[in-house]
Amino acid sequence: MKRVSASPHVHTSMDIRKSMLFVIIALLPSALWGVYAFGLRALAVLLVSVASALLCEFLLGLIDGKRTTGDLSAVVTGLLIGMNMPPAVPFYIPVIAACFAIFVVKWTFGGLGCNWMNPALAGRVFVFFSFSSAMSAFSAPRALAADALASATPLSAVKTAIGGGMMHLDYEGVLSNLGYSTTALADTVGSALHISPYTVDAFLGNIGGCIGEVSALLLIAGGIFLIATKVITWHIPVVYLGSFAILSWIFGGVRAGDGLFAGEVLYPLFTGGLMLGAFFMATDWVTTPTSRRGEIVFALGCGFFTFLIRYFGSLPEAVSLAIILMNILTPTIDRYIRPRKFGYVKPVKEASK
Amino acid sequence: MLHLSTFRRGGVHPDDRKELSKNSPIEVLPVPHNLVVPMSQHLGAPAQLVKARGDEVRRGELIGQASSFVSANVHSPVRGKIVDVTTVRLANGATCQAAVIQPDEIQGDEFTVRHDWQQESPESLLATIRDMGIVGMGGATFPTHVKLATQGKKVEALVINAVECEPYLTSDYRSMLERADETIEGIRIIAKILSPQKIIIGVEANKLDAAAHLEERLATLKVTGIEIQPLKMKYPQGDEKQLLKATMGREVPSGKLPIDIGAVVCNIGTVYAVWEAVVFHKPLIERVVTVSGEAVATPRNVLCPVGTRTGDLLAFCGGSAEDADRLISGGPMMGFAFADENAPVTKGTSGILALKAENIETGVCVSCGKCVAHCPMGLMPNRMFRNIKYGRYQEALDLGLLDCKECGCCAFICPAHLPLVQGFKLGKKMGRRK
Repeated sequence: MKRVSASPHVHTSMDIRKSMLFVIIALLPSALWGVYAFGLRALAVLLVSVASALLCEFLLGLIDGKRTTGDLSAVVTGLLIGMNMPPAVPFYIPVIAACFAIFVVKWTFGGLGCNWMNPALAGRVFVFFSFSSAMSAFSAPRALAADALASATPLSAVKTAIGGGMMHLDYEGVLSNLGYSTTALADTVGSALHISPYTVDAFLGNIGGCIGEVSALLLIAGGIFLIATKVITWHIPVVYLGSFAILSWIFGGVRAGDGLFAGEVLYPLFTGGLMLGAFFMATDWVTTPTSRRGEIVFALGCGFFTFLIRYFGSLPEAVSLAIILMNILTPTIDRYIRPRKFGYVKPVKEASK
Repeated sequence: MLHLSTFRRGGVHPDDRKELSKNSPIEVLPVPHNLVVPMSQHLGAPAQLVKARGDEVRRGELIGQASSFVSANVHSPVRGKIVDVTTVRLANGATCQAAVIQPDEIQGDEFTVRHDWQQESPESLLATIRDMGIVGMGGATFPTHVKLATQGKKVEALVINAVECEPYLTSDYRSMLERADETIEGIRIIAKILSPQKIIIGVEANKLDAAAHLEERLATLKVTGIEIQPLKMKYPQGDEKQLLKATMGREVPSGKLPIDIGAVVCNIGTVYAVWEAVVFHKPLIERVVTVSGEAVATPRNVLCPVGTRTGDLLAFCGGSAEDADRLISGGPMMGFAFADENAPVTKGTSGILALKAENIETGVCVSCGKCVAHCPMGLMPNRMFRNIKYGRYQEALDLGLLDCKECGCCAFICPAHLPLVQGFKLGKKMGRRK
């Protein structure tokens, strides 16, 4: 007897598991760069993080009688959490973050597809506010290991300096004033292209920061891979980065006393985990709007709040908080912003009496 | 560079699998040992059986009379004897009355005399099309005489649908290659009825050789005023709404018909049937069916009488493999899966497919939004499906459920492989019940 089912009778082979696998593949170059830059300790953090996310998912599955570890979503969550940890973080922190993500943020709301906040981001923010000092202790990357200063992230260093009254300087000015060093490669490339060597280092990943957020280059490559394989579309990353870049250019110089249209663009884009956020966090399927128009509104919101928090907030968590804020607004966006229906004609208004 | 147009919103790109059968010329099926001719092979009221058990019938003799305006005549596909009148289950799951006809040993060809249609009036051409029981052969089987009766509305464009966007199907492709001259004359007949300002043939990019062949025949026959519009491959371009968007750049308003934007869409297979009906007074009693799929031994394009049991058709193509998982009438995107090989070929059967099992698992909705991005109608399948799942049919209707034409783009692309179309079919039924 043949099977009878409703149409369609053919389906794409791109299922959830395969998509998650592609996300993992896209994240790996940046994660491996983190391991190279910060040493085996970083690898241990990544492994602990993935393992605890998986274990948590598995144990909760026992309660439900479901086996959901196979869909690889817990691996993605764990990997993202690991990549969002400082290299020298004590191991219990990624464990707590992963358990918070999987248990509180995902499982209690009904598991995959039901959470209203990106689990990895929520996990990161939770441990950031719980263990602020451990989460803010960074180590210098391999290329700048000799430089003691390089163990602070340049972004927070600049913010502190400007807050402390160092005015009328761009990033390069502030950083060189502070005595930040650059790699020889960045000096060569920077002078050839007439851009700041600090920007080149940030692009390549020779800066202090979380394990997986430092190399803008490899994160962009991973993002392009995801777009090419149609796991995500270009809309959210491009609109997010674009709106943030425009706002930075217009208003970014205000705090340093330079007035409008004096802000820098490239350096802010390559730092602060923005690439990781734009390509891998703000594109999370579950917690972003489902319509194209909704996605664009979402991405504009992310760009705006990232700018606002980074330049005028007192916390260094701009990207995470902006995306979480927009996650919260997602159901509302989805309710009011819908695609235009094919053949939709505006109903003729009845003449009022 | 050739300019290819297409519709803008949504759509998917399933693997077209046409290579399985595109190079097999149309073959004539030897007359089967018996035929099951259903009275309902069209949209609208079933035909009224006008013959009884034991009657002898000629090939092309009327056996089912159209019972209302939106209905179609049914004729005997063979010379033979009605051995039984029974109820048959069609491939789409519906049941209807059917005449079981045993063909005679010797079959003649009755339709050899050419009629000069140039002198006939549009009304008389339309009457012939009605009498010959012509229906849309793309799958929807809407009676052609109803579609072509435009009641004085002006027809700006006659769009010939040669898109054949469903994977596997190649019957229209073969027709274009093998029946080009007849098709061109058929288009001229329809043009005489409608007097459109322009005529466009829409062909997808995987059939450009057939389009070139038509172009060449048009030039040889010195027929002007027929434009061939090559289209980018994208499913569901063969749907008339998407086809009109692609060829004319216009949208049929929700709940309206193509004629409301001055267009009539006609399937290219139907054009050939119209040609046979008008030139030879031959009723619609046979059609080309693509028999294909990974589980068919030798995929072919077969000219077979209406009423041929699908089992006979499959046997002619070497039978279906042991590991055949599903039999499908039509294309894999919108066709019907059926279990009984006794189900007959009808006027609308464009293909019979035997497919192997797909290795897919149903998951949970992860709100990826792919269904929304790929819906050609601009709907939100995810939200409609959720509402239907929880019995909120009115909410689903408010979201535009009735604009859904079950093309299957959403369910094709869904990474969780949710049975979205099944949900919408259910939702429409339940929504109507209220």
